Amino acid sequence: MAESALPARLTRLSPLSFALLVAAGALLVASLQQVAPSPTQLAQGGPRMAELVGRMLPPNLEGAFLQRVFWRMIETFQIALVGTVIGVAISLPIAWLSSKAISPVGVFRHFFKMLVSLFRTVPDLVWALIFVASVGLGAVAGTMTIMVDTIGFCGRFFAEAMEDADEKPQEALFAIGASRLSVLCGAVLPDAMPSLINTTLFALEKAVRASVVLGLVGAGGIGQELKVAFDLFQYKNASTIILVIFAIVLVMEFVTDRLRARVR
Amino acid sequence: MSEIICARGVTKKYADGKTVFSGIELMVSATQRVALIGSNGAGKSTLLKCLIGLLPLNGGEVRTLGESIGATSSPRQLRRLRQRIGVVFQHHGLVARQSVLTNVVQGKLGLAGAWHAWHQSIARQQWRSDAQEALRQVGLCHKAAARADELSGGQAQRVAIARALVRKPKLLIADEPAASLDPASGRDVMALFSQLSQESGTTLIYTTHDMDHALEFSDRIVALKSGSILFDQPTADVTRAALQEVFHG
Repeated sequence: MAESALPARLTRLSPLSFALLVAAGALLVASLQQVAPSPTQLAQGGPRMAELVGRMLPPNLEGAFLQRVFWRMIETFQIALVGTVIGVAISLPIAWLSSKAISPVGVFRHFFKMLVSLFRTVPDLVWALIFVASVGLGAVAGTMTIMVDTIGFCGRFFAEAMEDADEKPQEALFAIGASRLSVLCGAVLPDAMPSLINTTLFALEKAVRASVVLGLVGAGGIGQELKVAFDLFQYKNASTIILVIFAIVLVMEFVTDRLRARVR
Repeated sequence: MSEIICARGVTKKYADGKTVFSGIELMVSATQRVALIGSNGAGKSTLLKCLIGLLPLNGGEVRTLGESIGATSSPRQLRRLRQRIGVVFQHHGLVARQSVLTNVVQGKLGLAGAWHAWHQSIARQQWRSDAQEALRQVGLCHKAAARADELSGGQAQRVAIARALVRKPKLLIADEPAASLDPASGRDVMALFSQLSQESGTTLIYTTHDMDHALEFSDRIVALKSGSILFDQPTADVTRAALQEVFHG
């Protein structure tokens, strides 16, 4: 009777796997040499960073400046809110049209899927540049950017939530002659609702963070104020704005976390 | 008596070409209670679905409630037919996160102005009243505001019956409605089915594995075996030995 051999400690790699592993390692080493910070750069950058932070303190707390920052922050929140709401409203039908299981347009769903992929893969700052060039500087370009970004984000996750919805109620409603639209509104959306709400809250959180930086390319909001502060070396103003942004993002996360906990 | 279902030479095959059943002849008259029995894989559920156009036929013809079902039937025609039928599956198929009342109102989906039935809050007053009446019939009026996922299995199946009854269908189809319930709840559900269909003069066709249910709650038993009808007799004439043959013979 043949004795059973003890398995090897390591699985033997195929030549192709070994070659790919070596190539990936070489790419990582080359990339580290080219783009990773060197010890010299870190040693020189550290004191400069400390000096910059020193110039940022104390933050500017003048009433007139705080008032300006407050209104800019309101504008930022408006951009995020309006962009998210419109984006979510457009995402719902697009998600329905693009979802595998319940799309009413058959193979044409791939068109809507690609549209969502396009919206998602192009970075928001690029969309902002496009909209600033199209509709001009200001909050409208920012809102349109958030809208497109939200469609890219929610379109995908809404479609997945609809595909994961319980099929039994859908079958039951189809069996009594309900239309696809009625099955969507009567069975799919209610079942997917917790997931839709969670995704929407994540989208809003993401939109608030994104709308903060859109101002850097002229698409309105607090980012514009931050860019001016850095351009004019007004570092105390910049630190105030950064602190306000930090506070707003924290508040947003707190509120959305609480709302998410209530969804069942 | 007028015929509710008239199936002639009905044949159904799986996608791989294997025959589920062939040459099925079945006439069902108004107000009859028909139990369709057979072992697993005999094709009971498939036949039920073919009778209401949920699955396409591979041969033969079916006329249900006067509507012809065949390869040339359009989705619109089939939907129009199913709008006149009440259907209950083994799993209740309720929308878990909706209220019981909304689930029953959704029985009106498929009728004109169906969007009113998406949710009880936007339903027509008449539809809400009909839904409450259907819940009263199944003894669950007090659960109207509860969420469907708060119900027991038996209660959920009774709500599914209310949803099927709310449109006052001429034909009730039930695919093993008691199979997922404990024996006591299963018997209650079957008794309710039988009682309500008799009270409203609705034709009832259901599949079951439970011989006691078939003997107690039907006027007629149709047994499927090896892709064809083994027997089709009034329940009073069916013997225990004949039933044994369906499953073991």
